[in-house]
Amino acid sequence: MNSVHDMGGMHGMGPIEYDRNEPVFHEPWEGRAWALVRTMGRWGRPRTRNFRYELELIPAADYLRMSYYERFISLMVDRLLRANLVTCTELQSGRPDAGSINPTPAPPPDPRGGPPREEVSVKPRFKVGQDVRARNIHPLGHTRLPRYVRGRRGTIMRDHGPFAFQDTDVNGDPLTRTPQHVYTVRFNARELWGEPTRSRDSVCVDLWDDHLERA
Amino acid sequence: MPKTPEGPVDRRGFLKGAAVSAASLVPQVGPVRQAPAQDHEHQAVPSDIALRVKALESLLVEKGMVDRAALDAVVDTYETKIGPRNGARVVARAWVDPAFKKRLLASGTPAIAELGYGGAQGELMVVLENTPKVHNLVVCTLCSCYPWPVLGLPPIWYKSAPYRSRAVIDPRGVLREFGLDLPEDVEVRVWDSTADLRYLVLPERPAGTENMSEDALAALVTRDSMVGVAKVMAPAAGGRA
Repeated sequence: MNSVHDMGGMHGMGPIEYDRNEPVFHEPWEGRAWALVRTMGRWGRPRTRNFRYELELIPAADYLRMSYYERFISLMVDRLLRANLVTCTELQSGRPDAGSINPTPAPPPDPRGGPPREEVSVKPRFKVGQDVRARNIHPLGHTRLPRYVRGRRGTIMRDHGPFAFQDTDVNGDPLTRTPQHVYTVRFNARELWGEPTRSRDSVCVDLWDDHLERA
Repeated sequence: MPKTPEGPVDRRGFLKGAAVSAASLVPQVGPVRQAPAQDHEHQAVPSDIALRVKALESLLVEKGMVDRAALDAVVDTYETKIGPRNGARVVARAWVDPAFKKRLLASGTPAIAELGYGGAQGELMVVLENTPKVHNLVVCTLCSCYPWPVLGLPPIWYKSAPYRSRAVIDPRGVLREFGLDLPEDVEVRVWDSTADLRYLVLPERPAGTENMSEDALAALVTRDSMVGVAKVMAPAAGGRA
């Protein structure tokens, strides 16, 4: 989806905020939020939706306003409420409602855990060194094809082998379950950004077969 | 039973709505992420989000959905065990051991595993060598993808809109903001982590460090140099980098 998470090439986001002595967690709540996200596993998690797509569905203005850990906590709370695992009064009080029963059993582990590279033999559609064009598509679901390369011409630099395709439909379901090759595609900076850019520079983007067509 | 409200309203309600708990006594402080100076002022009073996360943790512990000791262990792991010192050891080893460097550049994950590092967000590591002619810079424009086992959790600037938006369209300008002005004849290659590969930059070994030990070299290597927004500098006494 063409939301504000797809930031590559945007202007107006301000200067880079650099903190020379940045701690891992700026405040204790960030560490607790991170630990909750890492520990809660699939409690309340929708069966198909991927985490990245859920983040992207946060309304754009909220997405920009929230910090990294706020977004995670926001998603977790949303999931738990939708799954009726917690109530609003419980979230406010920090205690289970009177008479509520603890949810059991724990949900099964995430079936998509582990490395996403697929140990299968799939023929690549493109070869290293070949010129390709990123497809000019604007899907409403989750996509790993950033806006700034769509329609642009690049060169296959590396073939990383078959991976599960991460793009989804609008419901968060995978567009295909057939693994496909992921390539690093090198785009000349001038092809992406026009004349004033140095033609020497480039941007390398990892894309799947279905993101690409013959140039 | 209260009626279950709908999606985003809940989220907003939880994050910034009026709470009936002690949180309602705390003034709203606006976005949590402020300039450092403002952050400091606000640390005296727990922010709304801090109270809400605390309530969420208590609730989930009481409901038996999460174990407090497991949460403590996660915080400890990311604060003390996983961080850029791991990546620095990889870089220093590559500087002193040409055979290791060759393995590292050919296939990042198994070479990094030789030093004991691996796991989530480091399953498929690609190492990019900076040279006098090519400077690599890593970004994740769509998200905040980052090689946790070697660099830890990403710093705020890496996750934030200014870096994510501009690193691809104006990498030289971004590098100047970090204090690095690259000559015209150096090729800048930006790597956008859009898939499942995670990138680590192997910075150039600074001149004047020929006699330093592997441990001493590792101490010179910064997180920023392994993302590609800085070079590694020789110690002040050891000549210019």
